[in-house]
Amino acid sequence: MKYKEAGLVTFLQLLVYGLQLGSIYALLAIGYTMVFGIIRMINMAHGDFLMIGSYAVYFLVSIFFADQMIGPAIALLVVMIAAGITGMIGVGVERIAYKPLRKRSTISTMIAAIGVSLFTQNFFRAIPAIGPNPRMGPKLLVDKLFFIGPVQLSMARIIVIILSLIIMAILYAVVMNTKIGIQMRAVSCDKDASSLMGADVNRVISTTFFIGAGLAAISGAFYANSYPVLTVTMGATLGNKAFIAAVIGGIGDIRGAVLGGYIMGVIEIMISAVYSELAYGFSFVALIIILLFKPEGLLGKPMVEKV
Amino acid sequence: MKWLKNNSEKVAIPLVFVALWLLKYFGVINNYLLQILMLAGVNIIMTESLNLVNGVTGQNSIGHAGFMAVGAYISALFTDIIFNVSDMPLIPQTALFLLATIIGGIIAAVFGYLIGMPTLRLRGDYLAIVTLGFGEVIRAIIRITPFVGAARGMMGIPKLANLFWIYLFVILALYVCRNFIDSSYGRACMAIRDNEIAANTLGINVSRYKIIAFVTSAFMAGVAGSMFAHTMRYLHPDIFSYIKSTDFLVYLYAGGVGSISGAFLGGFVLTILPEILRFMQEWRLVIYGALLLIIILFRPQGLFGGKEFSWLKLKTGGIHQMGLKDLLGRKKMIKKEASAEETSQ
Repeated sequence: MKYKEAGLVTFLQLLVYGLQLGSIYALLAIGYTMVFGIIRMINMAHGDFLMIGSYAVYFLVSIFFADQMIGPAIALLVVMIAAGITGMIGVGVERIAYKPLRKRSTISTMIAAIGVSLFTQNFFRAIPAIGPNPRMGPKLLVDKLFFIGPVQLSMARIIVIILSLIIMAILYAVVMNTKIGIQMRAVSCDKDASSLMGADVNRVISTTFFIGAGLAAISGAFYANSYPVLTVTMGATLGNKAFIAAVIGGIGDIRGAVLGGYIMGVIEIMISAVYSELAYGFSFVALIIILLFKPEGLLGKPMVEKV
Repeated sequence: MKWLKNNSEKVAIPLVFVALWLLKYFGVINNYLLQILMLAGVNIIMTESLNLVNGVTGQNSIGHAGFMAVGAYISALFTDIIFNVSDMPLIPQTALFLLATIIGGIIAAVFGYLIGMPTLRLRGDYLAIVTLGFGEVIRAIIRITPFVGAARGMMGIPKLANLFWIYLFVILALYVCRNFIDSSYGRACMAIRDNEIAANTLGINVSRYKIIAFVTSAFMAGVAGSMFAHTMRYLHPDIFSYIKSTDFLVYLYAGGVGSISGAFLGGFVLTILPEILRFMQEWRLVIYGALLLIIILFRPQGLFGGKEFSWLKLKTGGIHQMGLKDLLGRKKMIKKEASAEETSQ
């Protein structure tokens, strides 16, 4: 009896960790899924927006605030500014590297994205202000531990989970209700027809990249706050996993990305509690299994190829 | 003289090897250069193998280092652990090395079949996602397999690959690619690349040809992996990460996708380029990334796109212009008709 209870407590504890990691994946996966939905492109450089975002937070905090515990209001402001900067970088990357390739095959945009990713990572590594050594991430919040029953929670974890959910809810409302959101959905359905209907396709794509990169920066800030080591290659691994999350959920669908992100986060934490070496590989096994039985993802609709 | 002109490659291939061997013998190529040349050979085989999938069949494999890892580990397992080859005399040593290479290739091909079977039936970018996943799964499996060194890596693999074997396998890879592309299989694959639905309606068994190309490619990647293992003498799961796979994509797309010579030059030049740029230290990879971006933006066909070395020229004409038309031999027919008309007039 006692043994069973202990198992349940461990499970709940891991669930909290999983939801925290899942929030980070979900925020990152939304960017993949939105970009894929609109221009059918796998943006391999998306993980690097997370890296840029977390470095932006790091520099904003270390330049303007000497001590790192800056309180919730300013922390939120800093994260928003970092998200804005990263969003602009995302728009710039799209304009320079992806826009000229829009009419070409998906693989050439993917190669361009790999080029962007190589360039960004190595550029960040080469400039002396960042360099190859990992940095201690900024701790934005004073972390308070508390217990609900036997399950240990921390303020930072709860804030990450709740803020992510709020952001995702806002995003969903924007995409479903506002004019730009409706245009986004229209462009993802049919680019040419929606441009005939008066949607400014370039603006819609830029907005998508802004939102995607901004969300990646926010998830980078959350990641840096939860696992405080910054490296220039941190985006690559996280990006791959978030991409898998987007595919598992059904790529092109925002709800799918959120669902996939949380599934990935929880599964990864649970597996690594059992055998940590397996966690990374397992996410890919899960991906292959899902693709075998439901290739369009959990929430995706099957695509029909027309001549 | 005419024979020489028609068969220049049969003379040139051994001559180039003799020249390389002499350069090595007289010390112009030191051990450092030799190592780079051998790695360039490995990369050329990998790029050619990737070209069969990405260039000829039009599918996206972005985890090719996974097959290389399979070939490398399986062959090294053979030569290093199952048979301790390093104590043997030369002839059985070489025979076992070749056997291990072939077995590495075959196991990689089996993996290629297992992955290709379910995913190549799907449309879209699923192959890209699954191959990416496969590369990472293989790495995770190697990491927890104790008898191949797990996360420590596999050390002390006998140095069996030399300039001769790598040269030979590069030449073989080039010929395999050329003959594949020139055969009905290759033309079916190109038809699939150009328009899958149209190819299907013309009676091409689309998934069968995709799988044939993918398995051939996986076999070549396995062979390249064995060469890599016996050149470097050290294997670590992190060598075969996703970054390694993107390297080959970069070689292929910079060189010229779909062209055998392009893949050859891409693999060769881009292996050597980072070594030449070494004086720029950490900026060299920045330049490398920027170059890739510039090539894909301003020269999408790659540096060598659409052209072939004369000795790799196909009997049926350039690769890029080929498609369904050639599959049916219409081009030849049209030519014949035209010449027939001319003579009748």
